Amino acid sequence: MTVLSRVSSPFAFGSGRARFLIERNVYVYRRTYMTLVSGFFEPLFYLLAMGFGLGVLVGQVPGPDGRDISYTVFIAPALLAASAMNGAIYDSTFNVFFKLNYEKVYNAVLATPLGVGDVALGEIIWALIRGQLYAIGFMGVVLLLGLMPSAWGLLAVPASVLLGFAAAGLGMAATSFMKTWQDLDLVQLVVLPVFLFSGTFYPLSVYPEPLRTIVQFSPLYRGTDLIRRLMTGALDPVMLLDLGYLALLGMVGLAIVSRRLDKLLLK
Amino acid sequence: MTADPRYHRGPMAQAQSPESSLIHARGLTKRFGDFTAVDAIDFDVAPGEAFGFLGPNGAGKTSTMRMIGCVSPKTEGTLTVLGMEPATYGPLIRARIGVVPQEDTLDQEMTVRDNLVIYGRYFNLPRAEARRRADQLLDFVQLTERAESSVEPLSGGMKRRLTIARSLINEPSLLLLDEPTTGLDPQARHLLWDRLYRLKQRGTTLVLTTHYMDEAEQLCDRLVVMDKARIVAGGSPRELIDQYSSREVLELRFASDIVESLDGQLEQLLDGRAERVERLPDRVLVYAADGEAAAVAVHAAGLRPESSLVRRSTLEDVFLRLTGRSLIE
Repeated sequence: MTVLSRVSSPFAFGSGRARFLIERNVYVYRRTYMTLVSGFFEPLFYLLAMGFGLGVLVGQVPGPDGRDISYTVFIAPALLAASAMNGAIYDSTFNVFFKLNYEKVYNAVLATPLGVGDVALGEIIWALIRGQLYAIGFMGVVLLLGLMPSAWGLLAVPASVLLGFAAAGLGMAATSFMKTWQDLDLVQLVVLPVFLFSGTFYPLSVYPEPLRTIVQFSPLYRGTDLIRRLMTGALDPVMLLDLGYLALLGMVGLAIVSRRLDKLLLK
Repeated sequence: MTADPRYHRGPMAQAQSPESSLIHARGLTKRFGDFTAVDAIDFDVAPGEAFGFLGPNGAGKTSTMRMIGCVSPKTEGTLTVLGMEPATYGPLIRARIGVVPQEDTLDQEMTVRDNLVIYGRYFNLPRAEARRRADQLLDFVQLTERAESSVEPLSGGMKRRLTIARSLINEPSLLLLDEPTTGLDPQARHLLWDRLYRLKQRGTTLVLTTHYMDEAEQLCDRLVVMDKARIVAGGSPRELIDQYSSREVLELRFASDIVESLDGQLEQLLDGRAERVERLPDRVLVYAADGEAAAVAVHAAGLRPESSLVRRSTLEDVFLRLTGRSLIE
C-alpha cells in the first residue's frame, strides 16, 4: 500500500508503478521469446559482411583519437550502438502502435492506479531493455572475437542504455502521432538512413562541412561516438556532450509521450 | 468484498461530500469543444446500492462513468468519489474501484488467467495473492476451464465475464459497469446478471449504465433517466413507473391503412378510460389503469386491431413519456 498511498500528479514518474507495465511485457515475451532472437543476428551479419569481408579491402582506418585501428574494430562499437537503438525502436514503435490503437492495453491500465507517466516510463524502459539484450549479446561476440582493445569498453553496455532511452523515447513519441499502419513506414524511412549515415561505417571526416554538422545531431552518431571512444580507449571530454545529449532526447521523448497519452486516452 | 469503513474517510471527505455518499455530483458537466456531453447533472450514490444510468446511446452515460472512473476530467461542477476529488486523488480512487468498460480491453497477448494476475499486479498485489484471487475469480465467473486459453477465441459473454472478474481483482467496494450486457445473447445476459446480483448481496456498490430497461429493472435499486446530456427523472424503477406511467398499457396494432383514420378517434372513444394515447410507427399504446376495460371499449366501438395486448408498464414507457422517443431505435 505504500505505493498507492502516495498522492501524485498524473505526470509523476517516481511512483514506481511503471514497473508493473514492464512486468506485463515480461509476461508476454515469456511465451513469445523467439520473436526477440531475430534482432540479435542483424548487427552480427553486418559485422561479418562489412568487418571481415569489406574490412580486408579497407585495412586500417584512423580511430577517434587519430591512431590507426582495424576496420572491424572501427565498426564493432557502431554496430553495438545500432543494436541498442534498433531493439528500442522495435518495441517503442510497432508494438506500442498495436497496443495503443488495437489492443487498448493502455485504456485498461489507466483504469488502475497507474497514470500516463507510468505508462510512458514503463514502455520506454521496456523498449530500452530490449535494446540492451541485443547490446549485451553483441558485446559477447565482440569479446569472443577480441574486437575491443580497451578495458574501458566494458562500460559500452551501460553507456548504450542512454542511446536506448533516446531511441525509445523518440520512437514512442513519434508513434503517438501516427494514425495508420502506413504512417509506421516512416519509421523505417528514418531509421535506415540514421543507421547508415551516423558515422557507422566511416568517420565523420568523410563528410563535407554542412553535412558534418547535421550528422552530429543524430542520436546514433552520439551513441556511436561514446561507445567507440570507450571501446578503443580514446576518452575525451566530448563524451559528456554525448551523454547529456542522449539523456536530453530521452527526457524530451518521455515528456511528449506522457502529454500525448493524456490527450489521446484521458479525454 | 465487504464494505470497507475506511472509504468514507478520504482526505477530502470532510469538506466535499456528505458522509453517506460514495459518489456525490452537483452540476457535473463535461464538454468536448462546443459539444456538451454531460450538462450539469446532480446525483448521489449510497454505499451498497445498485445505481443505474438509463438512457439511449449518446445521452452522456459513458462520459459520466469516465469522470467517475477518474479517466476523464470534469469541465465544471463538483464530483467526489469515495469522498475524494478525482483531479487530485485519481490514483487513490482508482485503487479502490473496479471498472468494466463498454468496449472489451482484455490483453490479447496473454492467457485468461494471466490477464487477471497482471491486472492484480497493476494494483500492487503480491504475485501469490494475485494468483490466488485470479483462480477464485475465474471460478466465480465460471471460466476455470478456460484459464490457460488465450482471450481471442472466447465468446462475447465469456469476454464480458472475464472483464468483470478482472474488475474485481482489487476487491473494489465500488464497481462501475458501462453497458455490461450490450451485444450478448439472453442466456449470457442472465448469467451475468446473476453474478452481479451476487456481488450486490456481498455489499459491493454497483453503478451501471444501460439502454435496456429490463436490465435496469432487474439490477437497479435506484436509477436516473438520462437524455441529451441531462438527467430528466430519478427514483426506484417502481417509483418512476408509478409517477410517469399508468398501471397498465394496452398495445394495439392496426393495419397500416386504418392507422391514419384513427387520429383523435381513439382518444375520444377512450375518454375517461385512458390517461394517455401514444402513437408509435408500428403500434398504438394506450396508457390506462385498467387495460382490459380499454380493450373492451376499443372493440365495442367497432375497431378491429390486428392484435391487442395488455401488459404492465415498464421503464420503456417511462422513457417514452419523458422524452417522446423510444429507448432503442
